[in-house]
Amino acid sequence: MRDIEKDLHTEHMVINMGPSHPVTHGTVKFLVTLDGETIVDLKVEIGYLHRGFEKMCENGTWQQVIPYTDRLNYVSPLINNVGYALAVEKLIGIDVPERCKYIRVIACELSRIADHLTNVAAGGLELGAFTAFLYFVEARELVWDLIEMLSGARVTTNYVRIGGLKNDLPEGFSEKTRDVFKRVRVLWKDVDHLLTKNRVFIDRVRDVAVLPADEAIALVFTGPCLRACGVPYDVRKAQPYLVYDRMDFEVPIGDTGDNFDKYLVRMEEILQSMRIVEQAMEQLPSGPINIDMPQYRWQSKDDIGSRIDSLIFHFKTVIDGIKPPPGEVYLAVEGGNGELGFYLVSDGTGKPYKCRVRPPSFPLTAAMSRLMKGRLIADIVPTFDMINMIGGECDR
Amino acid sequence: MIADLIESLAKIIFIFTVNLGFFAPVLGWVERKQSALIQDRIGANRADILGFTVIGLFHSLADAVKVLTKEDFIPAGANKFFHTMAPFISLVPAIAAFSVIPFGGKYTVFGHEVHLVIADLDVGILFVFALASLSTFGVVLAGWSSRSNWSLMGGLRASAQMLSYEVAMGLTIIGIIMVFGSLKLTEIGAAQENFFRWGIFLQPVGFILFLTCAIAENKRVPFDIPEAESELVAGYFTEYSGLKFVMFWMGEFLEIVTISGMVTTLFFGAWHLPFVTDQMLLDFFQFAGPNGAGILAMLVNIATFFGKVVFFIWLQMAIRWTLPRFRYDQIMRLCWKMILPISLINILVTGLVLLI
Repeated sequence: MRDIEKDLHTEHMVINMGPSHPVTHGTVKFLVTLDGETIVDLKVEIGYLHRGFEKMCENGTWQQVIPYTDRLNYVSPLINNVGYALAVEKLIGIDVPERCKYIRVIACELSRIADHLTNVAAGGLELGAFTAFLYFVEARELVWDLIEMLSGARVTTNYVRIGGLKNDLPEGFSEKTRDVFKRVRVLWKDVDHLLTKNRVFIDRVRDVAVLPADEAIALVFTGPCLRACGVPYDVRKAQPYLVYDRMDFEVPIGDTGDNFDKYLVRMEEILQSMRIVEQAMEQLPSGPINIDMPQYRWQSKDDIGSRIDSLIFHFKTVIDGIKPPPGEVYLAVEGGNGELGFYLVSDGTGKPYKCRVRPPSFPLTAAMSRLMKGRLIADIVPTFDMINMIGGECDR
Repeated sequence: MIADLIESLAKIIFIFTVNLGFFAPVLGWVERKQSALIQDRIGANRADILGFTVIGLFHSLADAVKVLTKEDFIPAGANKFFHTMAPFISLVPAIAAFSVIPFGGKYTVFGHEVHLVIADLDVGILFVFALASLSTFGVVLAGWSSRSNWSLMGGLRASAQMLSYEVAMGLTIIGIIMVFGSLKLTEIGAAQENFFRWGIFLQPVGFILFLTCAIAENKRVPFDIPEAESELVAGYFTEYSGLKFVMFWMGEFLEIVTISGMVTTLFFGAWHLPFVTDQMLLDFFQFAGPNGAGILAMLVNIATFFGKVVFFIWLQMAIRWTLPRFRYDQIMRLCWKMILPISLINILVTGLVLLI
């Protein structure tokens, strides 16, 4: 056999996976060198969705950045909105009212549910489990109904404002949430039955892309992918923001960091996020949703008509933008894929001097090459799904 | 002689109509509607003629019009001859395989004996296997001649998978051949007149193994790695369009029908109703006279056979819409390390039981 292998002339096949290939959703290219079905080398090429987000931010006022953040992780835009608003508020040094904090938590967790539902659904779809995909897409649509009720849009929410929110919770929101969660839990159980104990599914995902915890930390993993490796790091617990310290929820962790663990962590986080939303709904205090500082807050139409300071600052903030004091700030929130950080620099003018985003999926995508060497080409499918690269966030 | 000729022609036309005219388009519709039902969707319902949609059935018609008017694309650098040949090699065996499957028994009508099978070959089972092997060539050629890496890999995967499962599939039915002592499908069918002599009771393990192998041989989910769309774009038919693409697709659907026909014939009593012998059926229809009784019994048996076929088609579709896809090495392991040894043990046990 060895003689035959020596005499037989074989070549590695280099193949372009992407940028438009069914598995490379989010537009990425893998330059794969194959020995038969085995991956010898894999190079990741990103940047197909680069929009110059950070440069765009420098050309608008501080408030005008918020719609851009919708397009970062477009599956969970509310978390991006909240993250940016919190960073600017930290820069200014203001604290939003209690009610606003609770509503922001609700918005964040709804987004996280939608994010994880989409991710698990897509994972099922690409492994051929089309039925599981549609069950979770139905669940996601229901969650998006809630988000639409809240912000008026399903994907590009643009809901959070610096120092407050666009609007309060709409009427009938908590009843609708209860109905939706009831249905989502039923669908969650269905998918759990279809996948979690399915031998074919387990064979595809277990022991694929195993990563020891120390290596995962060295690769700057965060979020569900890091927790799957057994590191209980969650920004919501490690550096609680908003009112997460008052919420009772658990951070699920995995064992080996393989794709099955990543899947299980995400499935559990869906349930935990629903618990958080329910608790926040219960504890929701009454009161204003906007901070009473017209020089920073986006003015409501009523105030403009009745308050002279609102009228003045409405003019000033629209023309010049709000003016945080000079300085720099870094603030991280727990995004759908991990630590979503905003590093902002202000020079005292109405426009950000620098707005840098730390995207969670950039280090994750970079690890594809490490995870996939020596594996079969079919393993790219579940691994890349569980990595969950979102082009808008990774490429900016 | 003339009567024989007419009989043969009638049977061929019947099978052609049922397979190509009924099953191929209707299965496309069933697949859409059944998957929609499983997935809480409505399914195809938009194609209409003058406002009549007929529960989405016109979509098959619309598909036909669409594929006929599509560009027939052959990639630059592809081998034109083989690229064009491949879909035919894939489709023709799928149609031909049904010719040896009996869809009814023997009936005497107007003094003429009618056998409800197109070709009553002595080696009926082997004929089906031979044709199944032939369709492998179509797939491999399609992969090779397209001059695309994805197609090539799909073709390679298909050749490995289909060859492996042919070996296993051949062994899974040895048991049933030993039990009935014949390779002739009509004899195997006739031997299952008694409900408790149905193949499923005599060879339960053989049935499960055979169905698994047959689905794998047909390359459908969970065994669809040659076309695994998330890995290989579309596998061996990536570079096909229009009617040629549909020929692969139809070949796949017709193989579902053939597999169901084989399963029905080998394991589920062929054209027999449970607890009803041929003689009982003839006696029951005695009121219609000898000829009428023959014809009525024939119709009942044909309906029974196709009823069972439809059931197994439904089963295969339900499997397809429930399970995810295997990985390449897992499929191979399943074949060589699981199905092959179990089927060998099955043969051994069957032999021992027959001897004792």
